[in-house]
Amino acid sequence: MLKDITLGQFFPGNSFIHRLDPRTKLVMLVVYIVALFVATSWISYAVMLIFLVGCILISKIPGKSIVRGMKPMVIILIFTAVLNIFMTAGETVWLHFWIITITKEGVIRAFFMVIRILMLVTGTFLLTYTTSPIALTDGLESLLSPLKKIKLPVHELSMMMCIALRFIPTLIEETDKIMSAQKARGADFETGSLIDRVKALVPILIPLFVSAFRRADELATAMECRCYHGGEGRTKMKLLRYTRWDFEAYAAGVILLCGIIILAHFGL
Amino acid sequence: MAPILEIKNLTHTYSAGTPFEHKALDSVSFSVERGEFIGIIGHTGSGKSTLMQHMNGLLKPTSGNVILDGVDIWQDKKTTRQARFRVGLVFQYPEYQLFEETVYKDIAFGPKNMGLKPDEVDRRVREAASFVNLTEAQLKVSPFDLSGGQKRRVAIAGVIAMEPEILILDEPTAGLDPVSREEILENIQSYRRAKNATIMMVSHSMNDVARLTERLLVMNGSRLAMDGTPDEVFTRAQELLDMGLDIPEVTRVFLRLRELGLPVDPVYSIDQAVAVLKKLKEGTAHA
Repeated sequence: MLKDITLGQFFPGNSFIHRLDPRTKLVMLVVYIVALFVATSWISYAVMLIFLVGCILISKIPGKSIVRGMKPMVIILIFTAVLNIFMTAGETVWLHFWIITITKEGVIRAFFMVIRILMLVTGTFLLTYTTSPIALTDGLESLLSPLKKIKLPVHELSMMMCIALRFIPTLIEETDKIMSAQKARGADFETGSLIDRVKALVPILIPLFVSAFRRADELATAMECRCYHGGEGRTKMKLLRYTRWDFEAYAAGVILLCGIIILAHFGL
Repeated sequence: MAPILEIKNLTHTYSAGTPFEHKALDSVSFSVERGEFIGIIGHTGSGKSTLMQHMNGLLKPTSGNVILDGVDIWQDKKTTRQARFRVGLVFQYPEYQLFEETVYKDIAFGPKNMGLKPDEVDRRVREAASFVNLTEAQLKVSPFDLSGGQKRRVAIAGVIAMEPEILILDEPTAGLDPVSREEILENIQSYRRAKNATIMMVSHSMNDVARLTERLLVMNGSRLAMDGTPDEVFTRAQELLDMGLDIPEVTRVFLRLRELGLPVDPVYSIDQAVAVLKKLKEGTAHA
């Protein structure tokens, strides 16, 4: 039940995209998002879509998993679509009824907005599906390292993020276990009024907090036992190193962005 | 008499249709008689915990049936909920699930969820507390102030207070000191004697299961590999060792004795060992 949450779950694999440097993937995601916002026409969207589908095919991530990850987005998508359809002023009126006016421009705009959000989320999924959380924080730390100059504790921040990410599955598992145990004692989470349901959470939340604090304490002790003292002079087990593939990926990104900008420039 | 619990062709697959798909149970079938004390042994990941969670309807079988007292527990919602109370499940490290302000309230959580009257809840809490040797004074303290062994006993009392006909425990003595272990095993037996309850206990201690249980289920690679009395199961010592399981220490000693040429039958409990050795001694004295 809780285990079915796939938002940002890592899918182990060995594809071209899996093996790219996490920094490449992060930068590429930014490039991709910029291109997505520059794109305005059917043609440029088509180009973006081909690029995205190509990446998904290369990554060998099953389409089913991506679609499943989209489920929580449905409400936002519907909201965006409805808002754009009704709120966009335009010349070609398709339907006029009382205060509601639906124009051709509105429908087209709504369509583009939905596609844009979908492609945005899919692109982000592609990053988190193909990059382990550890690699991701490593990449982020490396990309943000210039900020150390202005005394930003980059290493500590990435360590915190890393620990938080690392413990999400553990806590989900723990929650699952506690829920099962309380259900075995007849706890009921599915029926009753809203207040009943909130009250039903107490037998889960208290043991969960107790165990989260216990784990934090144990982790702190374990880190201290290994003389952890922050990022100063610390070396990495897995050094991030660019390969030929990363340059190919960068080149592809630059070509994509330039192409989209040129297309936008000609109003296509 | 009809069996109290029947497991028929139970199969369970986790995360079906994803790369994480995993078959945790593969056509497992057995039946349980009222009042039996059954030990479940198996390597980590052999499907023991998954099996346990099917017996009170926490997990729904991918295929197969769980039949409690002649009725499939998934027949309708009410039956499933009823199964939760009739089959008590004590998870591993149950002390991490305590949450109430006092021990009394925590034990009362189960009976209250059953919708019992306050005086019945009170009777059950006190009776359950006495089964696990908790004193009147301990009922009033916070469960978080107790020792590890005491917390474990509170958690077990929380399930016993529902007076389940079948009590299932997942490694109830894991991580406890020898005195607390003995106490908990004794508590379980006194509950069984008082209520003629059926007990199923998952354990990694072969000495405990050999000593306490009347029947052993051996799980291996998602399947039920053996089902028989401890006598029958431990005679197949080599097979158990091949599955990565242990055998009772005394069985190990006797197997080695036989290897060294002593004409002894394999045994699995100290009492048996004493009897066999006595007989052997008399035999040699006469000769």
